[in-house]
Amino acid sequence: MAIESEVLVIGGGLGGLTSALAAAREGADVRLVSYKQSTLRQASGLVDILGYTPDGDGPLTDPYEAIPSLPEAHPYRKVGVQTVRDALSLFDDAVPTYEGEHTDTNALLPTHGGSIKPTARYPAGASAGLASDTRDTLLVGIEEMVDFDAPHVAAHLDATGVPFDVRGETIRFPGDLRADAKVTRYAKLLDTNSEVAVRGRMVPAREALAQRVNPLLEDEERVGFPAILGDDNPGAIRDALGDHLGVDVFEVPMGPPSLPGLRLEDALFSALDEAGASIETGNPVVDFEGEDRIEKVFIEKNGAKIPNSADQYVLATGGFVGKGVESDRDGVYEPVFDCHVPHAADRYDWFEGELFGDHEFARYGVATDDDLRPLDASEHSEFENLRAAGSVLGGYDFAAEKSGSGVSIATGYAAGQRAAQEAR
Amino acid sequence: MGPTPHIAVIGGGSTGAGIARDLAMRGLDVTLVEQGNLTHGTTGRMHGLLHSGGRYAVSDQASATECIEENRVLRDIASHCVEMTGGLFVKRPEDSEEYFQRKLSGCEECGIPAEVVSGEEARAMEPHLAKDIDKAISVPDGAIDPFRLVVANAASAQEHGARIETHSKVTDLIVESGEVVGIEVEHDSGPGKRVHGTEGGTEEIQADYVVNATGAWAGRIGDMAGLDIEVRPSKGVMTIMNIRQVDTVINRCRPKGDADIVVPHETTAILGTTDEEVEDPEDYPEEQWEVDMMIDTLSELIPMLDDARTIRSFWGVRPLYEPPDVGSDDPTDITRDFFLLDHDERDDLPGMTSIVGGKFTTYRMMGEQIADHVCGKFGIDADCRTADEPLPGSEDFSVLRDYMDEFGLRSPIGRRSVERLGSRADDVLKTDGPNPTVCACEGVTRAEIQDAIKGSGSDLNAVRIRTRASMGNCQGGFCSHRMASELHSEYDEPVVREAWDELLQERWKGQRHALWGEQLSQAALNYALHATTQNRDQDPADGDSVDFSAFDSGRGQTGGSVDSADVAADGGTNGY
Repeated sequence: MAIESEVLVIGGGLGGLTSALAAAREGADVRLVSYKQSTLRQASGLVDILGYTPDGDGPLTDPYEAIPSLPEAHPYRKVGVQTVRDALSLFDDAVPTYEGEHTDTNALLPTHGGSIKPTARYPAGASAGLASDTRDTLLVGIEEMVDFDAPHVAAHLDATGVPFDVRGETIRFPGDLRADAKVTRYAKLLDTNSEVAVRGRMVPAREALAQRVNPLLEDEERVGFPAILGDDNPGAIRDALGDHLGVDVFEVPMGPPSLPGLRLEDALFSALDEAGASIETGNPVVDFEGEDRIEKVFIEKNGAKIPNSADQYVLATGGFVGKGVESDRDGVYEPVFDCHVPHAADRYDWFEGELFGDHEFARYGVATDDDLRPLDASEHSEFENLRAAGSVLGGYDFAAEKSGSGVSIATGYAAGQRAAQEAR
Repeated sequence: MGPTPHIAVIGGGSTGAGIARDLAMRGLDVTLVEQGNLTHGTTGRMHGLLHSGGRYAVSDQASATECIEENRVLRDIASHCVEMTGGLFVKRPEDSEEYFQRKLSGCEECGIPAEVVSGEEARAMEPHLAKDIDKAISVPDGAIDPFRLVVANAASAQEHGARIETHSKVTDLIVESGEVVGIEVEHDSGPGKRVHGTEGGTEEIQADYVVNATGAWAGRIGDMAGLDIEVRPSKGVMTIMNIRQVDTVINRCRPKGDADIVVPHETTAILGTTDEEVEDPEDYPEEQWEVDMMIDTLSELIPMLDDARTIRSFWGVRPLYEPPDVGSDDPTDITRDFFLLDHDERDDLPGMTSIVGGKFTTYRMMGEQIADHVCGKFGIDADCRTADEPLPGSEDFSVLRDYMDEFGLRSPIGRRSVERLGSRADDVLKTDGPNPTVCACEGVTRAEIQDAIKGSGSDLNAVRIRTRASMGNCQGGFCSHRMASELHSEYDEPVVREAWDELLQERWKGQRHALWGEQLSQAALNYALHATTQNRDQDPADGDSVDFSAFDSGRGQTGGSVDSADVAADGGTNGY
């Protein structure tokens, strides 16, 4: 006998989590299954809606305003502006530790490479670092931490024309962490606030860190650290550092493994838990049954194939990065249901010669109707009870547009809500 | 003997660097100029095979004999650049038994240690060999790092007083009264090693003698003095795998053909190659079918290659040359021997010699003959010492000590660093500060990166070839910004940004030929990390100015300019 639910969501990234949450809040009996670690740990943790048009215009101040002019194939055009707004409201409600909902206007955030990027929602931990805020800024890097060289980041930020003075200083992190310690080690030490030896005296880690920074602070009113300030208690750590230093403290989002991404994942999983969805992680969907309708899918667990059946299905397995879209020398395919992925026949047409060229591969994914149902090569829906959400969708280049999280949230919301409505 | 003659060597590949080292060690004044990085041309685009000579044992026995001699020399003087993997010539059922026997006797005739092993024995050595391989001949092939080797030659030349100028393109040969008396070079501008005699300008370098060691580009240099040097550039593709499917060099034992060798190289294996004449050494088609053929054909020897992950492909251009009266149609027929063209004897233009043809494995021998020739011109009687004196890094490279404790590095990283650095390990790795890993794929630490920056300046591609940083699976996705940051202590931000862009673009170029499967996933991730997370594709530092006041400046504000006092009063309460 199969495990049964009304809505089965496949994929545990932003699209899948939002889908499951929307469906659960709609009152459906929801099950989410995800295989590998989600790509959220590789993402910065910022929630972008739209930073640039497909033509490269931007940074856009108002992302909603630009949506109606996007190409027809764009997932935002499938769901419409109002759905994007509603989806963001769901996000704001589920993740109260994020800011930016007070305005439709994009924010500009410093990146760990020293550029700035437009985004719509940012973790509370990053909020004192906004680039439109004119307060002078000190960035603090950790000697061992090669991902964030504060003097370099500061010089690069300065070159972007930010409306404040910015300086970078490098310190030795208190405590005896090894040279290649993972970011979670730093976070853990600050979370537990364990005592570390400072000149023979034992001092709590947060205070010890502040002591290292204090003599370096000049007139700056805010201090930025790489995003290592705690996993469980980031707010308390920022407050403690801020109190010791007498300034606002913020984090600059980092590359993988990204603590802000992991914290966001945790927040969404707890919201989903609270909404009463059942969640199973770590096992892949390997097969399915059904012709026009998907009857059941099979999840491989310790070598056994466990059937799971549902009325409605959401495919939110990600793009090339998350392996929801795959390729070989002959072509591009969607591996779970073998949904059609439109692509050029010659693989040398998939990409451009410049790293930041207009790559076709960046837009590869399933095409859908306005109800987000994947379409086959002749533009008929592949399965009547399957919708797709997030980066498994084609028709947009999230990296160039800075639209990844927004599309995942908006299409996840729409797919989850409609699946729930149909299942009831 | 009069004053020391000044020799200008054009070309910073293995041959040029070998000549410069040899001449400098014999006491001559040497200036070496290279249009790009060291190894920029052919040397940096080879499969890294240290020939045993087995490959030429049937077709070109003179070359085969030279190869085995130099193979022995390089194991000795360049031990930190060489991995003696051993090699196999494997025979498939459809390959000719007669050729197999000729290969075996050819090896014996050329003094190449060779031994027949059965198919079972070959598979015991290399478990991924195809089940139906009949048998094989084992030979002392090896793997060699061309970057490390050339850098070590250049460093040795420098230690002996030579001037090494990279990013310096020869724009003209200076000819006075029917004699070559120097070269005119255009220096690429920029700080670090890119500040030359004249930053960003031209320089006339007077020379008593000029050596043209530019390989496939030799004709270009010849044109500058109206000389006709008929080099026949021949392209070959190489495809890099993300792991070593084999630990031994695998050659196919058949007369000639494309896609017949796999060379294990550091963490990767390199598939090669093709041989096709091209018009222009810098501009030739790089085509999909060449990569596909490489994988499809070599899968006959190692079936798992068929769906293995490739990380990039690149093409190199051989500087083939044959004397005008031979007239081969097929580039594979052209000898791999080298030729010394004395333009005084050949063209009545004294003051210059060109060296063309030849093989990487015999670079030192070529250097020796050129240096003998040049010394002969000046009546200098000085012995060649390059076969006896180890290169910097190989002086006492005998035992890998346990560097884990000594340098506070995790064992595999310490081991790999020491393998790369050889006898320089102590100097480079003993630093005062922490020594974190900058490139995780290849295990390259900050100390090595900083050492490379000292040697090569702000050019991150030069840092790359010295350290292997950014040459692993992620192709710079995770480490290019870290490498850029390592430059920043010494160089200004715009210089760093330019070097960073150059590195990213260079890494992308080769990956284009590997964009399917795992590597397309990796490329999509790299693209997302740089464009989404860092916004490097729309970096305002490179583009138009941004109206910051039009964007969100925090809670309670709706854009517009900010009264910073309000924000300060309001700040710090956003914890959770």
